[in-house]
Amino acid sequence: MNAPALSAVIGQPVSRVDGPAKVTGTARYAAEFVPDGLAYASVVSATIPRGRIRALDTSAAEGMPGVLAVVSHRNAPKLPYLERDQRPPVDPKSGDQLRMFQDDKVLFNGQPVAVVIADSQQEADAAARCIGIAYDETEPTTTFDPGRGRPPSEETAKGGRPGAAGRGDGAAGLAEAATTVDVTYVQAREHHNAIEPHATIAQWDGDSLTLYDKSQWVQNVVVEIAHVFGIEAGKIRVISPFVGGAFGSALRTWPHVTIAAIAAKMTGRPVRVELSRRQLYHSVGFRPHTLQRVRLGAAPDGRLTAILQDAAAQVATYEEYAETTLQPAETTYSCPNVATAYRLVEMDTNSPCPMRGPGIVTGLYALEAAMDELAVALNVDPVALRLKNHADINEKTGLPWSSKALKACYETAAERFGWADRIAAPRSMRIGTDLVGYGMATAIYHADRAPAEAEVILFANGTAVVRTAASDMGPGTYTSITQIAADELGLPVEAIRFELGDSTLPMAPVHGGSITLVSVGSAVAEACAAVRQKLEALTGEGSIAERLRANGLDRLAASAKASPGEETKRYASSAFGAVFVEVRVDEGLGTLRVKRMTGAYDVGRVINPKIARSQCIGGMMGGLGMALMEAAEWDPRFGKVMNANLAEYLVPVCADTPALDVTFVPSEDTVLNPLGAKGLAEIAICGVAPAIANAVFHATGRRQRHIPIRPEDLIGT
Amino acid sequence: MRAFTYERLDGDSAARRRADTTDSAYVAGGTDLLQLMQEGIAAPRALLDVSRVGTDGVTAELDGIRIGAGTRLTDAIEDPTVAARLPLVAEALAASASPQVRNMATIGGNLLQRTRCLYFRDVTTPCNKREPGSGCPAQAGENRLNAILGGSAHCIATHASDLAVALVALDAEVIVERRNGERSIRLADFYRLPGDTPHRETHLEPGDLITAVFVPIAATGLSSRYLKLRDRASFEWSLVSAAVALKIDDGEVTAARVAAGGVGTVPWRLPMVEDRLLGRTIDVATLQLAAEAAAEGVDPRPGNAFKVPLLVNAVARALAAVADQELAR
Repeated sequence: MNAPALSAVIGQPVSRVDGPAKVTGTARYAAEFVPDGLAYASVVSATIPRGRIRALDTSAAEGMPGVLAVVSHRNAPKLPYLERDQRPPVDPKSGDQLRMFQDDKVLFNGQPVAVVIADSQQEADAAARCIGIAYDETEPTTTFDPGRGRPPSEETAKGGRPGAAGRGDGAAGLAEAATTVDVTYVQAREHHNAIEPHATIAQWDGDSLTLYDKSQWVQNVVVEIAHVFGIEAGKIRVISPFVGGAFGSALRTWPHVTIAAIAAKMTGRPVRVELSRRQLYHSVGFRPHTLQRVRLGAAPDGRLTAILQDAAAQVATYEEYAETTLQPAETTYSCPNVATAYRLVEMDTNSPCPMRGPGIVTGLYALEAAMDELAVALNVDPVALRLKNHADINEKTGLPWSSKALKACYETAAERFGWADRIAAPRSMRIGTDLVGYGMATAIYHADRAPAEAEVILFANGTAVVRTAASDMGPGTYTSITQIAADELGLPVEAIRFELGDSTLPMAPVHGGSITLVSVGSAVAEACAAVRQKLEALTGEGSIAERLRANGLDRLAASAKASPGEETKRYASSAFGAVFVEVRVDEGLGTLRVKRMTGAYDVGRVINPKIARSQCIGGMMGGLGMALMEAAEWDPRFGKVMNANLAEYLVPVCADTPALDVTFVPSEDTVLNPLGAKGLAEIAICGVAPAIANAVFHATGRRQRHIPIRPEDLIGT
Repeated sequence: MRAFTYERLDGDSAARRRADTTDSAYVAGGTDLLQLMQEGIAAPRALLDVSRVGTDGVTAELDGIRIGAGTRLTDAIEDPTVAARLPLVAEALAASASPQVRNMATIGGNLLQRTRCLYFRDVTTPCNKREPGSGCPAQAGENRLNAILGGSAHCIATHASDLAVALVALDAEVIVERRNGERSIRLADFYRLPGDTPHRETHLEPGDLITAVFVPIAATGLSSRYLKLRDRASFEWSLVSAAVALKIDDGEVTAARVAAGGVGTVPWRLPMVEDRLLGRTIDVATLQLAAEAAAEGVDPRPGNAFKVPLLVNAVARALAAVADQELAR
């Protein structure tokens, strides 16, 4: 057999291999499986922010048509909720996860307090509305008051979210600065709002449990549910072939998965729990409301002398979700003196969780907006200021970058955007009634890799199957991994079937943090190499099919595990980018339109430019929503999100979509992984919101230090 | 969702009288009603589908233009008579919802869509409109979207329809089929201010069926502009909208019809603005002075005070645009 043609398919704009299944409706999502005898659940949510359930009247509901059972703390099985030896990276490091129906306590408005199981969804929903609950309320804490902020716990700090971090002497650096800025930014609580609602179907067969779940990490669901129920992991199988968007909301195993398993156990039927859109706002996490103060100091030549960044983020009372918000302060620029302080503000709310670009996108918003303010204060070009402070190494760890083409990103994006046409003075560019603003920001997101395993099976009919328990929530994993396998095996893309989303498949890490391609892709490449070696050991020649047949084999399989190695101790790895934005602001009407956006990215080797571009334009639009629309309208009197509905919680629509220009600068990172890629997902939302906010300042001359920026902020005074 | 029966009605008006109870509801496009039922805000025992009773279509009559209540929004927008003679209506409809919704929603249903007030839409919170006497959390809560005109201590929910704003500006009438025959109600009189009964939104009686809206001939063929300001570029209700239709002869305003949306508890006609235009010679100062009258009587809350300048500016901008059209005529 000849060595496969190098990169015959990698780097090609292959259309999504799962596209036809998705557009024809044959792709099956968690809620769409129909096991025999399927029953339907409707979750009853608490309507007070804190207290106890005094009385629960289920009699009316129990007598309603089709109702099989009503489960609450009064009749639910006591579950062990065993502590795991090591918490998974997707879970908070301290506090206790929410336990389902184990006592009468209400910890936030919207907490599940009962579930109705019926023969149909409609019957379950109707009965759920007839459950009467009386509460003893206690005084809730429902305001986001940064003054109540406390440092994170020791466990959280150990997990990379310390209360204080930095290098040098921040205060001294600020004192020696010729120019300083001291500014505070606020960003709203945001919700993932993937199109597919979260859903789980649980089916018991004796003491074995099958879960059809919306998940970014099927094998973690197995371990988590095993600990909740105190059963062997080997008895649990989780199936999740398609995920209709998640953005981080399906990283963890949320309480509704447990509810489905309890309901199925108590009714002896497979049970489906599908959360309503409104329930998603208090069931599956969110990007926390965050306030940040940034102080920057610079020498007359623009060199940073100090970066001080403080953040206060909302958190639930029962567990401690914390973010890497302040990491960009340490890694984005060269600066001898950096000091960060991170605080958590406890509130009676459900727990926040990672949302695309978690922490980093929040910290970058404030840092990059402050850098723009510093550029104005210094009267230098914002790009020049960033180049002046380029971080040649990762100054947080002192390690060299495994690859970095950020300067090329600035240059390429600025050129394509036409940054040179920008008139520096704010309010100086105008078209008709519109003020025109140009703004830019840096994007950075650490590139990580985790151990992964894969299996490859060659068949005598000339096809191959690649298997690993990864997920594809939309970035195109099905396609990019298929391309890697096609190149490694020398087979056409059509001859390869990639199976994922099943916990019984070879081990894969969490599908989050932009690590899937480099982690799983490396394992698949190694498994392919292993099977090719086996093939080469066979006698005969010709195609794979011919050689298998010549040896009387119907198949040939090989597995491999690929892990990061010592390089992670010698290098720091990150994706980079530069985002440029033009906005049009009509102050009379308070309207703001993003006219165009240009992003240039260093993401290492691009496996599929078509789906990579899709990732980037999706991230840009996520950033546009963050900058201009997305905000949970929180009413502290009820302790709940009042616009918990896609009609009132706004995300951008097609008409809001500007011209989007995406370029990938030449880059390859073979230190991070043999494929040379760096992962691409989080980076695409990074820097967008500050670039827009900076453009708004350039257009109007008025600084908006909060997002979203809305008509009331822009209307002329 | 509570169990309900579904019946598709034909043109026989007798059958429609089954709707003569509070526990039944007409449905056509269902674009709002189904949301209300899913959320538990509405729970009719019977749905009577009126989408095939033959009330669709646009007819130009001697004294005006009649748009059947069952006409889908898309069909009304694309109708040549509406486009040519009621451009304000066409523009307001085109700015409504999304193409998918416009393909389903009907003219009659659009006039009866319920408010988007966050507290009305969330059944776990009090709302006088949904549960009379339970209270109005919007008064001191998340009231960014709420009304600055026509509110009361009991309710400040905005009326959500763009179509109704355009039609109020054009003195449209609502044709209603009632037990004892057909009657016509001026749209301006059709809606009730919330007062202390915000749950009573119109002067319809149980069993009444809207069969058409009628725009009198005097209001047709005017230069117009429907300017809608919203938080995103499409598929969103208005923060503020301005409906303006003018006729200017020899530089003098001879017809002025101005209304606003997104600001009132009902579609809000602005007669003070019209008064400052009629008979005047058009110039920048006149338009501005007229637009400022739009803020007459506003009662904003902290969350929606921005709507006051927005309203004035939107009216000014729409007036200027229509004046330019007229002067170029």
